[in-house]
Amino acid sequence: MTTVPPPVAPERAGFVVELDQFSGPLDLLLHLIREDEVDITDLPIAKIADQFLAVIDELGLNQAADYLEMAARLLRIKAQLLLPRRAGDDEWEDPRAELVRRLLEYQQIRELVDWMQQAAARRAEQFGRGFAPEPAAAPPAPLVIELNELLAAAERVIALIPEPMLHRVVPRPLDVEGATAKIEALLAGREQLAWRDVVGARATVVDVLSAFIALLELAKRGALKVHQDGAFGPIVIRREPAREAA
Amino acid sequence: MSPLAKLLEAALFAASRPLTVDELCSLDPQAGEGTVRAALSEVRETYATGGHGVELVEIAQGWQFLSRREYAEAIDRAQFTLRPRRLSPAALETLAIIAYRQPVGRLEVDEIRGVDSGAVIDKLVERGLVEVVTRGEGLGRPLLYGTTPQFLEVLGLRELDELPRLEELSVALRPPAPAEPE
Repeated sequence: MTTVPPPVAPERAGFVVELDQFSGPLDLLLHLIREDEVDITDLPIAKIADQFLAVIDELGLNQAADYLEMAARLLRIKAQLLLPRRAGDDEWEDPRAELVRRLLEYQQIRELVDWMQQAAARRAEQFGRGFAPEPAAAPPAPLVIELNELLAAAERVIALIPEPMLHRVVPRPLDVEGATAKIEALLAGREQLAWRDVVGARATVVDVLSAFIALLELAKRGALKVHQDGAFGPIVIRREPAREAA
Repeated sequence: MSPLAKLLEAALFAASRPLTVDELCSLDPQAGEGTVRAALSEVRETYATGGHGVELVEIAQGWQFLSRREYAEAIDRAQFTLRPRRLSPAALETLAIIAYRQPVGRLEVDEIRGVDSGAVIDKLVERGLVEVVTRGEGLGRPLLYGTTPQFLEVLGLRELDELPRLEELSVALRPPAPAEPE
């Protein structure tokens, strides 16, 4: 038996805010502003930004994008406010203006929501005719089917399955590199070899082919000479003295 | 009550949704709109003064018999009827924006709410509270949404202009006042 350890509540300093209760980053911002009882048109950006970041610290991924975008916006405004500006600069625009405008707009929407909630609650006190509960979706009728029909259906489905394509995976048949290395090793020790020495007594077709191609390749490179006295005679392999580089 | 008033009473009793004046006019081709409105008032007066459990209410651009408020609790408790599902704050926010900005596209709703509202709008369309009313001019000719009579019904409003005016709200939508030259 395994015992599940009780979930350990993460210790968090200060206030704890459930993000689910907010319908978005603006809602959270408004909440922070109300908590701090600060003037919305003169936002203490640095403070609010820090609180905002603290709250979204443990954010679920699916919500993160909207909140992170707001966090980035807050930090940018904070940075812009830190930039020095010349006195009497008429061009300067409060970087908070856009955010404040959005917050006011959003707050207005929240007030409308309150109003609509009350209206809906009041409407719900009256019932119209025929407001019957929607019938629950009827469960599907039990399936009536004969065995033959079932088998026929199964056959039809099986017929639709394409023939499986089978590939036999075989190891790479020719091993020319291996044979080359083997011949070179043999010739390093001896001046002259017989064909038998190269392929061994129980060579497979593939071994013979590999050895033969390796032999021809080495002969072409000038590493050895292949000599045969007559047709079907024994093949003699002789090492060529290493040529000096031209 | 006049014969026309009784006819309207019967039709309003039979219907399970608000009937518009136009619809009620079609009951009697001889009756003009003015006569029908007068007859409607007659029905309403009869129910208002005669001691009835229902009243005739003007709602969602139409007229409907509704049970009186004082019986809400008892009817609710007996569970003869199903309470409409309540709208989530996200849904109400979206509805408010669409109601005031219609016709309005998703982007604008997203911008005001600060979150992606596509899924919420889809749900509202599904519930018949908002609908696509036209397409915008901009890039991709975005779908623009507006509220439906069903929206008015859920809030118990006759017309959209019963929604509070923005300037009546305590927070006025004003940009921060520019500094006055001193």
